[in-house]
Amino acid sequence: MATLTKQRQKLGKYSGTPVALDGATLVANAMRQVRPDVVAAYPITPQTVITEAFSEFVANGEVDTEFIQTESEHAAMSACIGAAAAGARTQTATSGPGLALMFEVLYVASGSRLPIVMHLCARALSAPLNILCDHSDVMGIRDAGWVILLAESAQEAYDNAIQAVRIAEHPDVRLPVASVMDGFTTTHGVERSELLPNEAVAEFVGPYKAPYSLLDVAHPVTLGALDFHDYYFEHKRQQIEAMERAREVIRCVGREYGELTGRHYAALEPYRMEDAEVATLVIGSSAGTMRVVVDELRRSGVRAGMVKLRCFRPFPGKELAELLGGVHAVGIMDRSVSPGAANAPLFTEVSSALFQHGHAPLMRSYVYGLGGRTPGPAQFRQAYQDLLACDTLETQPAAPRYLGLRE
Amino acid sequence: MPIVLRELTQQQDGLAPGHGLCPGCSESVVVRQVLHALGKPAVVSLATGCLEVSTTRFPYTSWRTPLVHSAFENAATTIDGAEAAYRALVRSGKTQAQDITFVVFAGDGATYDIGLQWLSGALERGHHFIYVCLNNEGYMNTGIQRSGATMMGTWTTTTPIGKKSPGKLTWRKDMTGIVASHDIPFVAQASPHAWKDLMTKVQKADAVDGPAFLNVLSPCNRGWRYQAQDTIRLGQLAADTCLWPLYEIDHGTWKLDYKPHTKKPVTDWLQSQGRFSHLSRPENGPVVQEIQHKVDEEWERLQQRCRE
Repeated sequence: MATLTKQRQKLGKYSGTPVALDGATLVANAMRQVRPDVVAAYPITPQTVITEAFSEFVANGEVDTEFIQTESEHAAMSACIGAAAAGARTQTATSGPGLALMFEVLYVASGSRLPIVMHLCARALSAPLNILCDHSDVMGIRDAGWVILLAESAQEAYDNAIQAVRIAEHPDVRLPVASVMDGFTTTHGVERSELLPNEAVAEFVGPYKAPYSLLDVAHPVTLGALDFHDYYFEHKRQQIEAMERAREVIRCVGREYGELTGRHYAALEPYRMEDAEVATLVIGSSAGTMRVVVDELRRSGVRAGMVKLRCFRPFPGKELAELLGGVHAVGIMDRSVSPGAANAPLFTEVSSALFQHGHAPLMRSYVYGLGGRTPGPAQFRQAYQDLLACDTLETQPAAPRYLGLRE
Repeated sequence: MPIVLRELTQQQDGLAPGHGLCPGCSESVVVRQVLHALGKPAVVSLATGCLEVSTTRFPYTSWRTPLVHSAFENAATTIDGAEAAYRALVRSGKTQAQDITFVVFAGDGATYDIGLQWLSGALERGHHFIYVCLNNEGYMNTGIQRSGATMMGTWTTTTPIGKKSPGKLTWRKDMTGIVASHDIPFVAQASPHAWKDLMTKVQKADAVDGPAFLNVLSPCNRGWRYQAQDTIRLGQLAADTCLWPLYEIDHGTWKLDYKPHTKKPVTDWLQSQGRFSHLSRPENGPVVQEIQHKVDEEWERLQQRCRE
């Protein structure tokens, strides 16, 4: 911890230069540079590093943010709702069970169209108690009306954290954004990343002016009214439309960020997909491992490819169908399950999108890495071998295949 | 600011007429007393409850103040966020400083039970707001269920009178005491019948540096089973029977604000409302005795504290 503290203090001097930092500290620095008016958070492993680092920024006067240290995550999101309703640029951070505790108010945030940014350090849900990474928490909020971005690396988590502000606050969107990084793998893994100069971030996110504020006492508004059968449906439809409009905003913000940093972002990131006959779809930090496996397979003559999904909400179904439609066999890599569902969450999503867009490649479901089980290259190699042996639709198993599991 | 009735009649109500609260409901009375006492802009946070559903039916609102409602349990934390936003935006020059008060209205369900943690956290963090508990001693919005504020022997739909039950079996929480234990600058109990007392307390609450809590008895004719015109009279009776003493704790100093000339027996209270009608049966005599005993005990303890 002493080392981390030292590194955090160094950051001011080395702004704009490469840094060796864990993802959580890097994201805390993105928060410092964004300078939210209000941050409300409750520490939870593995998000704790963000809360601690941000506490230091507050204690040292590096930000003039009001930092509300709440007594729970539900309260953290509740405070964010009040702050955002008052026109403040507002952020929080959490993990697994903390996100689950917020569940009720996540819907209040999105339904109230409050552009809150949440840094989510993905963690498995209890029971059994587990503090390590999987995507059970992320998938648990897939219907909550939040934009959901997923990072592969610390750098991406930092970049997404900055772009999230622009996406959330865009007048066409006005929806909360969850910026996800994998617990421990990304939050605690020290990587080489680049930190933008403070001014560059400030300029990129720009000032924020809320269209309505509780503090505008001369023009009082009621926020959070009772909505029955006569209006609720229309308001939900507006929310859906805002999410649809987010697609273009995410694209534009990603492009603009690319011009600033050289790191371009879109909803999807294909890797060696041009002539791929076998491919996988992956989210989060496992994309790095998968890329290594793809390269290996390519060297041995297999036309393997991979698609990394960066944006889970709004789900880029059409683009995904275009990328995967021509591939012989596709493996969907899920790091969460939905017991009793048609299939694992990501698989269900992808198969639905491909079906809607008239594509039906051979698809297989692979579940890996639950509760932090290390997703090594051997597991992913196994998935590709399995896919290569996949001849016809008849050979498609109904159930997912579990990688790295003792049966 | 002196409270002059003649002047108050010239002020605009913060809560407009035409809302959907029941005839005879005390909540609109309390809200108007609070907003009048402030006499300046307020930002209001509501917990889910009668007041919220009856005053914010989209596309209408009864509120002439900015208002936010998030959920049942988190009204205190929601106003925290707004208050923190205000401080942050003023500090960074994004908004001008103005004299506004942050106010929460929440029922006893939202305060005593489901929102206790959220309130406690907000009090501990020292945010500058006034929390007004509209205490009608039950979950009235969902149809008269028991709460932590419901007194022993009370009929509610979840503490029905049966062969084995004379209504609620346990005493109520001392929520005012729980809040006072947070050592915040101002805590008080009030009732709308003592309007000047209530409004004075609102002004004291507004003047302190930090959180303030008002536990306001809010008679509910639907839930308590009495005639709508008796709402204010029942507030008086609650104070006269010492079931609902009016007192305040100003920076740790306890002060009794009303001492009945003659303390009335709790039977006067119990006989005034249908929710206690079963207690007049002979077999429920011990329950009535226990209620009287508890009220006497609490009253004695309160008087002692206020003498210290």
